[in-house]
Amino acid sequence: MAAKPKLYYFDGRGRMEPIRWLLAAAGVEFEEEFLETSKDLEKLRNDGSLMFQQVPMVEIDGMKLVQCRAILNYIAAKYNLYGKDTKERALIDMYIEGVADLNEMYLFWSISPPNEQAAKMTQMKDKIANCYLPAFEKVLKSHGQDYVVGNRLSRADIHLVELLYTVDELDPSLLANFPLLKALKARISNLPNVKKFLQPGSPRKPPMDEKCLAKVKEIFQLK
Amino acid sequence: MAAKPKLCYFRGRGRMESIRWLLAAAGVEFEEEFIETREQYEKLQKDGRLLFGQVPLVEMDGMVLTQTKAILSYLAAKYDLYGKDLKERVRVDMYADGTLDLMMMIALAAFKTPGEKEENLALVVKKAKTCYFPAFEKILKDHGEDFLVGNKFSWADVQLLEAILMVEELDASVLSDFPLLKVVCEQPHKAQEAMNRDKDFSKICLQAFKTRISSIPTIKKFLQPGSQRKLPPDSHYVKTVRKVLQL
Repeated sequence: MAAKPKLYYFDGRGRMEPIRWLLAAAGVEFEEEFLETSKDLEKLRNDGSLMFQQVPMVEIDGMKLVQCRAILNYIAAKYNLYGKDTKERALIDMYIEGVADLNEMYLFWSISPPNEQAAKMTQMKDKIANCYLPAFEKVLKSHGQDYVVGNRLSRADIHLVELLYTVDELDPSLLANFPLLKALKARISNLPNVKKFLQPGSPRKPPMDEKCLAKVKEIFQLK
Repeated sequence: MAAKPKLCYFRGRGRMESIRWLLAAAGVEFEEEFIETREQYEKLQKDGRLLFGQVPLVEMDGMVLTQTKAILSYLAAKYDLYGKDLKERVRVDMYADGTLDLMMMIALAAFKTPGEKEENLALVVKKAKTCYFPAFEKILKDHGEDFLVGNKFSWADVQLLEAILMVEELDASVLSDFPLLKVVCEQPHKAQEAMNRDKDFSKICLQAFKTRISSIPTIKKFLQPGSQRKLPPDSHYVKTVRKVLQL
C-alpha cells in the first residue's frame, strides 16, 4: 500500500495550510513532522531534503517536493481537482493566484511587529472588501453555478473557502455583502471530507499565537 | 488564423518578462500594449479586464488572463514545455517557481531606497550563488542530460537561463564560482584532467547549460537586439510604475 504523504513544516498554518486543506478535501490521509527548533531545519537542509533550503516540503509518491505552488499543482492534478482542460485550468490558476496573494498579505501581517499590524490590517481589509471578495462574487454571479469553475468541485473552491474562513476570523462583517460567497462557503463546508477537516482534532491548524510566533522566529532565525 | 497573444504591461521587465521569454522560446509572435499613464490603467480597471485590478494582462485564445503564474502555466502546457506527465510536470513547476522567486526579488529591489536596493541585490546574488545555482548544477550533474527535466526542452530551462542572465547583470562572475567551473576557468591545464575524470563534464555544468540554451534558435533570436526582450529596470521605468500604480 502506498505510504501516506508526509508534510514537513512547523506546527502552524503558514504556507503549509493550503496543502493540508487540499489533501483533506481530496480525502487523502497524511502525516506531519513538525519543526520545533532551528536545529530541525538545519538537519533537513544538511540531509539535502530541501531543494532550495526552504520548507514547506512534502514527501509524496517517492519524491521530496518543495515550493507550495508545485506541491499544490501536483496534488490537484493527481486527485482530479484541476478542471477538465487547460482553459479551465487557466481560470482556476488565475483565481487561486489571487487567493495566494491575499494569503501572502495575511502571512506577513501575522508575523509583523505589533506596531505595524494595525496599518497592515487596514490595508488587507481594504483589499478583501474592495478587490478580492467582489471579484469572486462576480465570478459566481456570472455563471450562477455551485462551484467556481466548470460546474464541479475543484481546488479553486477549496482555496477560496479556506480564505473565507480566514476572512471570517479577521472580521465576520467583511462577508456580509457577499451572499454567493457565503453560500459557497456553506456548501463546500458540508462536503464530507471538508466537514471532517473542520472538526476539532483534525490536522487543521489554529491562527498564529504568540507562542507559535516565537517558535517560528527561532526556527527561521527571523528578527 | 488565430490572433496573436496581446500583452499589456509597462515597458519594462517586471512581472511580464518571464511571459515574454516563454512566448519567445515557444516561437510565438506577440503584440504589446504599454501602460504609460494612470488614465490608461484606470481605463483597464473600469473595462473590467483586470480581475484583481492588476497587470500583467494577457489576452489570448479568447481569454482575458491575469496573474503571472496562471499565464505561464497555460503557455507551458499549450506549447508542450511542461514535461510529459505529472511527475515531470511537478519538477518543472518546482524549478520554475524557484527561479521566479529569485527573479522577483530583483524586480522588487528596483523600487527600494538606494541603500535597501543595494542590500537586497547583494542578497539575491548570495542566494543565487549559495542556494539556487548549486541546486540546479546538482540536478544537471546527477542526470547528465542537456535539459533540466525529462531530457527535453521545457519551461524550466527557459526560466533558468533568464535567471542566470539576470543575476549575471548584477555580478558577471556568478557562474564562475562553481568548483567544477573554477577548474576550467582558472587552471585550464587541469581542465583536461577534470574532463577526463568526468567525461560528460562539458555537458553538465551551468555555464555549458547557459551556452546550450542560448543557442536554441528561438532563444537566440530573443537575445538579439531589437527583440521584445526588455532592459533592466531604470529610474524612468520605476518612476512610470510608481506614477501609474500610485505607489
